[in-house]
Amino acid sequence: MKEGLLKKALFFLTVLLAMSYALMPFLWFISSGFKTQTQLTAVPPQFWPSFSLDFFHSAIKDYGIFRYLINSLIVAGSTTLLTIPLAALAGYALARLHAAWARLILMATLACAMFPQIAIAGPIWRFLQFMGWLNTYQGLVLPYVALTLPLAIWILTLFFRELPEEMEAAALVDGCTRLGALVRVILPLSAPGLFTASILCFIYAWNEFFLALLIMTDPARQTMPVGIALFQGEHTIPWGEIAAASFITTAPLVLMVLFFQHRIVTGLSAGAVKG
Amino acid sequence: MTRKDRLFYLALLAPATGMLLFFVAGPIGRSLYLSFHQIIIGFPQLDAPFVGLTHYQELLGDPVARHSFLITGIFVVTTTFFELLIGLLTALIINHRFPGRGILRASVLVPWAIPTVVSAQMWRFLFNDAYGTINYMLFGSDTSQYIPWLAMPGTALLSIIVADIWKTSSFAALIILAGLQVIPEELYQAAKVDGAGAWRRFRHVTWPLIRPALVLALLFRTIDAFRVFDLAFVMTQGGPADATNVIQLYGYKKMFVEGWLGYGSAISVSVFVIVLILSILYVKWTGQRLLEAKA
Repeated sequence: MKEGLLKKALFFLTVLLAMSYALMPFLWFISSGFKTQTQLTAVPPQFWPSFSLDFFHSAIKDYGIFRYLINSLIVAGSTTLLTIPLAALAGYALARLHAAWARLILMATLACAMFPQIAIAGPIWRFLQFMGWLNTYQGLVLPYVALTLPLAIWILTLFFRELPEEMEAAALVDGCTRLGALVRVILPLSAPGLFTASILCFIYAWNEFFLALLIMTDPARQTMPVGIALFQGEHTIPWGEIAAASFITTAPLVLMVLFFQHRIVTGLSAGAVKG
Repeated sequence: MTRKDRLFYLALLAPATGMLLFFVAGPIGRSLYLSFHQIIIGFPQLDAPFVGLTHYQELLGDPVARHSFLITGIFVVTTTFFELLIGLLTALIINHRFPGRGILRASVLVPWAIPTVVSAQMWRFLFNDAYGTINYMLFGSDTSQYIPWLAMPGTALLSIIVADIWKTSSFAALIILAGLQVIPEELYQAAKVDGAGAWRRFRHVTWPLIRPALVLALLFRTIDAFRVFDLAFVMTQGGPADATNVIQLYGYKKMFVEGWLGYGSAISVSVFVIVLILSILYVKWTGQRLLEAKA
């Protein structure tokens, strides 16, 4: 009995340790945004922030972070809205085609997501420059669609495979066209899969930095990650403002993780255990 | 399947495939082409003369590039090892059923979900030489002993390694967790009945069964570690003395800061080929099993 209790206590200590490892550095950094300048650089560190909003004020007023936030919303939102329909069509076809080449396409698609962005950066930059699309939303959104498609196709293919083919067959008998059966029967049933894929696409586009840095050199078009990376004070690093901006950028992500953790976990590990 | 059906499916595949060909496969091929030419951004009047393998010869003799490949290699090996280790431990904990499990899982997801740029700024703050929390934890209030982590070659590389491990061990944990969850409970019960202790249950039941998931996590993490960029860009700008000038950062600087598009493309192609070879080796190593599990 006593030994069981000790075991339990030890286990929860481990849980606590794992949780602190993941959360403490982040919470500590974010709390800096609610401090004052003297609190921020104090040695020994001041644990409790004074909940001053000065840094937020300055981040919004002096650094104009709402502009970055709006750009991020437009870019991540449009990427998701474009990727999901394309991925749904392709994923449905790949789920229903049983030929070996369909499997090959699925593997090739996945391979597309794995290569270093530097391998495509030069040609994409030249193409966008040629089109006059550097520093435009479409210039960033189109590459993002291509880079988020693989994961979305992957998740949706696995999801559609779970839906029995008899469902479309019944709709076809009722006089539906093939496309009609897909749109009216399959897609409504696939809401959970579509939602999971959307969350992951959104997070990818929201967080991406490398291409955003190349393509958006005009501060008026930059997304949040670029803004946060290039934050510069006059003499010192503006830690408080960076922390405040980080809070604003990560708040929606943390909420998504809290509410949809189950979907995120399923989506990310899709395929890791199938078969 | 009728001809019409096949056409229907091909039409569904076309838009996505087109996007991938145009924005991923095409540019990779185009990088190869560019790497054989002398192209300098900002000097279009110089044209783009064909220079054959010159850029690749230069690359072999470029001490900065060689150093860059070396530290990228060190970075990839170290981070992947610790990410898998921490990921495995985390997955083993989450695999238990206990009150508060959902909270732990959500907490573990936080480092994965936030932008790498944010975690880079966070670690830059923690490693600060004048009031950084890590210095305080090590040396207390005696600021004379504080280490300028990001300003010394060895510790700068260590710092971005630590930042990467923190950020991405949760991804490894998720993949391994998925592998753990398909192990039937009965196997553990049977092993218990046979009198196997916790270690032997891990060694003989868990370990062999999660190996495929571990290899998959290894593959994904290795490939992803090769493209490290954000952390070095924000925390050290590649310095000091190129100590953290990882390959993607070096390629970026050559191409977009200095404008050597042709030479930069040769770097891109080399990274691409290395990652390709590694992926093939991994897939070969795990054999057909991985392919089947994925498809």
